[in-house]
Amino acid sequence: MDGALLVAGLYIFMLAAFLGFLVVSRVPPLLHTPLMSATNAISAIIVVAAILVTGGRHGTVVTVLGTIAVACAMCNVVGGFLITERMLKMFKKGDGKSEK
Amino acid sequence: MTSHIFTNIVYLISALLFILGLKGLNSPETARRGQKMAALGMTMAIIGTLIQHEVVTYEWIIVGLVIGSIVGIGIAAWTPMTKMPERTALSHAFGALAAALVGVAEYYHGQDLNTVRMSAIGSEVMLGSLTFTGSMMAFGKLQGILPGSPWTYKGQNVFNVSLLAVIALIVIILVFFPSTSFLFYLGLVLALTFGVMLILPIGAADMPTVISILNSYAGISAALLGFALNNKILIIAGALDGASGFILSIIMCRAMNRSFTNVLFGAFGKITPPVDGAAAPEDTGNKQVHSGTPKEAAEIFKNSKSVIIVPGYGMAAAQAQHNVRELADILKAQGTDVKYAIHPVAGRMPGHMNVLLAEANVPYDVLFDMDDINPEFPDADVALVIGANDVTNPAARHDTASPIYGMPILDVDKAKHVMVVKRSMNPGFAGIENELYFNDRTMMVFGDAKTVVGNITKELNDLK
Repeated sequence: MDGALLVAGLYIFMLAAFLGFLVVSRVPPLLHTPLMSATNAISAIIVVAAILVTGGRHGTVVTVLGTIAVACAMCNVVGGFLITERMLKMFKKGDGKSEK
Repeated sequence: MTSHIFTNIVYLISALLFILGLKGLNSPETARRGQKMAALGMTMAIIGTLIQHEVVTYEWIIVGLVIGSIVGIGIAAWTPMTKMPERTALSHAFGALAAALVGVAEYYHGQDLNTVRMSAIGSEVMLGSLTFTGSMMAFGKLQGILPGSPWTYKGQNVFNVSLLAVIALIVIILVFFPSTSFLFYLGLVLALTFGVMLILPIGAADMPTVISILNSYAGISAALLGFALNNKILIIAGALDGASGFILSIIMCRAMNRSFTNVLFGAFGKITPPVDGAAAPEDTGNKQVHSGTPKEAAEIFKNSKSVIIVPGYGMAAAQAQHNVRELADILKAQGTDVKYAIHPVAGRMPGHMNVLLAEANVPYDVLFDMDDINPEFPDADVALVIGANDVTNPAARHDTASPIYGMPILDVDKAKHVMVVKRSMNPGFAGIENELYFNDRTMMVFGDAKTVVGNITKELNDLK
């Protein structure tokens, strides 16, 4: 059973990584900094795993570790998406006031 | 069980939204909409998890969510754009720490530690831990808490490789004997140490590559955690992040002419400043450096039809991006064509210069990548280099003895006039003299980038 799950997981990983390559290689260097903060926010999905382990009533140690993990991951979720938005808002096409 | 199926369907939709979010970043027009989709996906995934029946207590989850959100909002609101590399390093550290802590918690309450699960948890905790300390080190170096110069010692690579081998061995033993918990915690400590050792030999100017690699590691730890917990959304999101960091690392490597293995094994310290390397300065010692005043610079600008601005880390350090834009505005007003040339490793992280210039209201269609702008330098009247050094050194093209030989550079020396704004004649991070400064067509304008650019702008205004 576990072997089958592992293989299924590997398939998912392979396909997702391949898709990631295709999508990310088309991101222009212009947006590489927002790209990094966006992927950082997305990989903070570990907040989900942190929630599961914290809420599972596994004893004090696990709860403490889990709570810290929830806080760290959530900080990346919120901070990552907000700061990406803040950066992307600044990118403008050349018809602004700097025009002659 | 039904709640599981429901949650998994929610995860599936989240995964799709994440991918669409990244796809949006293909162009600045679609980027913001994409990010909204990704954020929606994240919200759905979190809510879908909170309603799972395994979650029996909520108080600590809420505490964590609230603290994390407050800190996250604070960081997002108050981080200046010049500090984006520091923020990114810190967020890699947070992400890796969260992944490592969940891994430790899973091991600690130790349900069903079979071979597959134990290999995933073991490697995930080790990778997460070393990424955590590595990112903290990178943060320290960027922030200036730690010295930015490489810290090397004899046998460094041998030591690091051995340390990594011991960690790998511990993980392998743990797979077969999951209950030897002292080994687990020993491995954890060693991995934390390894992260520190890995970044010690790396100079601050190599940070674009390091940050990309740590980005990739943080993503892979998330994916490994997904394997440990059989959680598909973690595998997918981790793989996307890992792939993105990997691609950026490759781009950074190419831009610095390093091999990928060189970077993978963390041998960034390889470009060590030639401490005794007085050879290069001696060669050029009798050559003349032409230094000019902002007034002389302004006179050249007055008569130029096209200007290419080359920003580097020095512009970010001096926070001169707004002054640069003001100068560009005046040039445009007198009918001069102004473009920006951006080297992939300019600044301290990928794309850093673009964000800074965007912040200063420079429209993104005048920002050009190296390959697109290089053919235009021979036609440019002035190439204005602000705080960039090694990426403009013509020695990279012809001097096989130079440590940066082969690195793709911006061809600023082909412009009719070259103007370099720089604090002093100190060489760049690689400790190499820049031939460009001794070129007959080069004028050095010494001083703080912000002040100098401001003065040039003032003089140019007075000339009218």
